Amino acid sequence: MREGAWIAPFSDCFLWDKTMLEIKNLHARIAEDGTEIIRGLNLTVKAGEVAAIMGPNGSGKSTLSYVLSGREDYEVTEGDILYNGESILELDAAERAAKGIFLAFQYPVEIPGVATMQFLKVAMNEQRKARGEEELKTPDFMRLVKDAAGKLQINTEMLKRPLNVGFSGGEKKRAEILQMALLQPQLCVLDETDSGLDIDALKIVADGVNALRSPDRAVVVITHYQRLLDYIVPDTVHVLYKGQVIKSGDKALAHELEANGYADIIGAAA
Amino acid sequence: MNMQTTSRQTAAEAALIEAFNNQVGELPGDGSVIAIRDRLLDDLKKAGLPTRRIEAWHYTDLKTLLRAIPEQAGDAGSEARDPLVEESSVLSVIQGVPDLKASVDGLDISSYAAQLSNGTAATGLGAFGSDDAIGRINGSFVRDGYVIDVAAETALEEPLEIQFVHAGGQTHTRLPISFGANVKATVIERHLAVTSDAAFVSHVSDITVGEGTELTWIIIQQQGAEDTHLGQIRVDLGADAKLKLFVINAGGKLVRQELHIKVTGEGADLTLRGINLLGAETHTDVTMVLGHNVPHTGSTEVIRNVVFDRAKGVFQGMIRVAPDAQKTDAKMACNTLLMSDDAEFSVKPELEIFADDVQCGHGATVADIDDNHLYYMMARGIPENKARAMLVNAFVAEIVEELEDEALVASLEGVISAWLEKHA
Repeated sequence: MREGAWIAPFSDCFLWDKTMLEIKNLHARIAEDGTEIIRGLNLTVKAGEVAAIMGPNGSGKSTLSYVLSGREDYEVTEGDILYNGESILELDAAERAAKGIFLAFQYPVEIPGVATMQFLKVAMNEQRKARGEEELKTPDFMRLVKDAAGKLQINTEMLKRPLNVGFSGGEKKRAEILQMALLQPQLCVLDETDSGLDIDALKIVADGVNALRSPDRAVVVITHYQRLLDYIVPDTVHVLYKGQVIKSGDKALAHELEANGYADIIGAAA
Repeated sequence: MNMQTTSRQTAAEAALIEAFNNQVGELPGDGSVIAIRDRLLDDLKKAGLPTRRIEAWHYTDLKTLLRAIPEQAGDAGSEARDPLVEESSVLSVIQGVPDLKASVDGLDISSYAAQLSNGTAATGLGAFGSDDAIGRINGSFVRDGYVIDVAAETALEEPLEIQFVHAGGQTHTRLPISFGANVKATVIERHLAVTSDAAFVSHVSDITVGEGTELTWIIIQQQGAEDTHLGQIRVDLGADAKLKLFVINAGGKLVRQELHIKVTGEGADLTLRGINLLGAETHTDVTMVLGHNVPHTGSTEVIRNVVFDRAKGVFQGMIRVAPDAQKTDAKMACNTLLMSDDAEFSVKPELEIFADDVQCGHGATVADIDDNHLYYMMARGIPENKARAMLVNAFVAEIVEELEDEALVASLEGVISAWLEKHA
């Protein structure tokens, strides 16, 4: 089976002819000790697509998201990452973000002393500056935040606190989606956004993500569990194992994995 | 006991003695005060300025570091400067001279020069030991300042900014201030250079905090890049009193700020916070001697430093727990960000514990900015240098935010941001 092949679903309502993300034979390792994690990964995501990435622990799912976002702890040793047709390997994390790449972290850090509101404003305006757009004035910014926060059931009082400090796990995840809603990225990568969430919080987060779905936007959902995919329904599902995509399919593949586990698929790809 | 120093007198020491001889006729004081001044200067002549061989001055060899004493005083005008927090009451000491026309409700304000002249000041004027170089210098040269009494039960609605403004030259001032019982007040002790002409400043604040009083005292040092600032604060903290003492160093070339605090009343609590912003060739030393003398008191001391360029900083934190001071709870921490290869910061924590049922601890860290924080901010589109600046700011802002009062926090953050913007 050709690696990276996927089956187009029947009921597609978009014309998927614009490739947004193309990962070609990517090899990446931990910079500090040289441990190779991504070992020849191929993946294509089109504009308008929702792609799920599943796989057992240690398969490289989070590493892939870090490498995509430009984290310096990882080195790319071979291959390329093309975003809207251009390689992004030479761009740092801030430059990639300004180009529209957003990673919702699995474990968002707490930054004492940096007020959330201030952080949001600086992030939004720095991205606008990088794109040559006009910066937001405070009243417009406040309006946008209030609006987006309301939709995610986030109390604006919480946003006066330092970034993520004292937020529960669920609140941190919702805060990540809030940032996504405000920054309006093109490529949204969600790294195990569902971990630690109860059903109610999950619904709120999924609604937030679904509200951003559009023909110009792609969403990559990294998850262990099929449950999230009931709410954020994927167009494609890829299975990651030992740093490679070993199988791709539509959402039925996720159900299959839930029913049977990874063993058969790993066995078949060996 | 002092080794008779046979080392050569430096130019600065000679200049100090000459300055005293030139000024002695003008220095206010009655017979007893003059006698004390003479004795202090004599001690200074004999011992010289402290060197690194004196333990308390080990990291700040004043004899070597103090190069010159400026003579000419500049003209700082006669107008008080705008206070840091807009609504503050302001008492202004300009070029060492207090404005005695000012008045503040609830405060009994008088002139320190008058106390020198009539001898009342004599009792507090001495140095408290052979190592007290600042006490000696200030005692010899001090001319004026405010004497303030705050009546019991007074609640100051707005902060009180007591500003010490100069345009170079020498100023030596004192501020004896006593708070009666159950007072609520916020005082900003602000030292401000308004020109770039070199200055030699000494200042002693002598604070008595009455029972049950809640006092926030903020020292903001904004001296010029060529200035020497020798500051000392002496505090007597009474029963059930709560003192928040914040020290922010954002200026000066050679700075030593001493904090001598005696906790003398049961139930008292001290929150000490220091922020040292050091750049260029600054040498800044914050030396604290904290005595827990009675049972059931607590203190926390947190010092945060950001050091750029070739600057050097020092924090000496001595906590003494007296034999009877059972159930003392004292915790001290010092955290430093070194921003360049030549930046230095020395930390010397000391715990002298004579009681046996206490909790005391200290910790010190030196680090660079957390890489995970930096990455997260960049992943949201904030360019690296802007993210670094925000994180450095956050490192010290965390301390400032403990003050809670929004206007106060905002103005202090303004001072810090302005300093960081010039140096980053």
